Amino acid sequence: MESRIRIFLLTASAALALASLPATAVRAADADPAADSVPSGDTEEQDQPPVIEPEVERRKVKVPKIDRENFEIGVFGGVINVEDFDANPSYGLRLAYHISEDFFTEATIGQTTVSRNAAEIFFNFDLTRGERQFTYYDVSFGYNFLPGEMFVGRKRAFNTALYVTAGVGGTRFAGDDEFTIALGVGYRMLVSDWLALHLDVRDHAYRSSLLGLEKVAHNLDANIGFTVFF
Amino acid sequence: MEVQVADPFIELRTGPGRGYPVTQVVERGATVAIVMRRTDWYQVRTEGGIKGWVHRRDMARTLEGTGELLPVADPSLVDFTNHDWEFGLEVGDFGGANAISGYGSYSLNESLSTELHLSHILGDQTNQYIIDIGIVHSIIMPDVKILNRFTPFVGLGTGVLRLEPKAQFAQQLDSRTDQIAYVGAGVKFYLTRQFIARAEYRWHVVFTNRDDNQEVEEWKAGFAFFF
Repeated sequence: MESRIRIFLLTASAALALASLPATAVRAADADPAADSVPSGDTEEQDQPPVIEPEVERRKVKVPKIDRENFEIGVFGGVINVEDFDANPSYGLRLAYHISEDFFTEATIGQTTVSRNAAEIFFNFDLTRGERQFTYYDVSFGYNFLPGEMFVGRKRAFNTALYVTAGVGGTRFAGDDEFTIALGVGYRMLVSDWLALHLDVRDHAYRSSLLGLEKVAHNLDANIGFTVFF
Repeated sequence: MEVQVADPFIELRTGPGRGYPVTQVVERGATVAIVMRRTDWYQVRTEGGIKGWVHRRDMARTLEGTGELLPVADPSLVDFTNHDWEFGLEVGDFGGANAISGYGSYSLNESLSTELHLSHILGDQTNQYIIDIGIVHSIIMPDVKILNRFTPFVGLGTGVLRLEPKAQFAQQLDSRTDQIAYVGAGVKFYLTRQFIARAEYRWHVVFTNRDDNQEVEEWKAGFAFFF
């Protein structure tokens, strides 16, 4: 058994090494065209002086360095309702990358600590300190589906967008990790060109049998956050 | 960085998106200063000090100080097979459990690259965490329409797997850390700009300290972007 696996891995690595050789060889050949052209200097054509010396100066296309601000990083805080275990304050980090004016990808990680609650008293058990930590992360796609402006008073207008997110992630609670589907809706208001205010509501749903009955636990997180573009 | 407007006029919007209203117009011959870029939009400042957002296709018809058109080239299909860094995310199935993994890749040359994967395996009985590094050989496809959007690849690597049983299985199963190795194959597909879709299969061997090694099959797919 063991040797079969070894042979398989070794064969695969040898094949990989061999497969990469031709590419390297081709590259080496490409890199040395000058060497080939030297002996051909003796041909008749080369003896005659060129009629016109080409004086074409190739224009160097220098892509100007323009500050690109497609990333967004920030913090959030709010309340998460851990199903069967009451609502508790939550906080976390958010990182987003804007693909286009419509789409973005986002990663969030958040945490709360579940306080002593009715479920523990009713079912007569105690979560340990570590088990009380409810940590969740998700990676999502976001779609800015209602961009617009918000008017504050007579003179100020802020750019805003209502967005929806859908993603997957993990939730760690009571010592277990659960595969989590995260669906949310959020509102982004650009306070300035680089600073954004977020209002976000997201459902982190996973299958749980913590209280004996297998079910889908919905954990709604409502939070407010700030992000900066960079 | 300042550019001169070469079109009859360019429109400045209040935000980086087609839905935001046009509040300003800059005429031919006037100069604007580029402040920054977000996705396909450039924020510019006019001579009068007013800021606004201009789309890339309008900026492509402005002139640099040298009188040449401003290059606004974006990553394209050419860079698909020729880039340094790639970051992505994949979701799939690891021996019957849900798998989420993120990866970073660095190209050594056109066909060889190294990859680091972090995976979170969420099963019914156990939680597993894998960190592995590997080497990937990309097969460069002929430069023919459609075909050049695909890059098949093969790879192999090794890493560490940490397994933790779920609370209700803690008595039957032990937490353990094992070495893991894999061979795999997959395909990347160029979507647009610097975005690619990716799907792969991996055959893992977990080197347990029991009599038998464990074999695990993994399927996953996701997306990635390159720089």
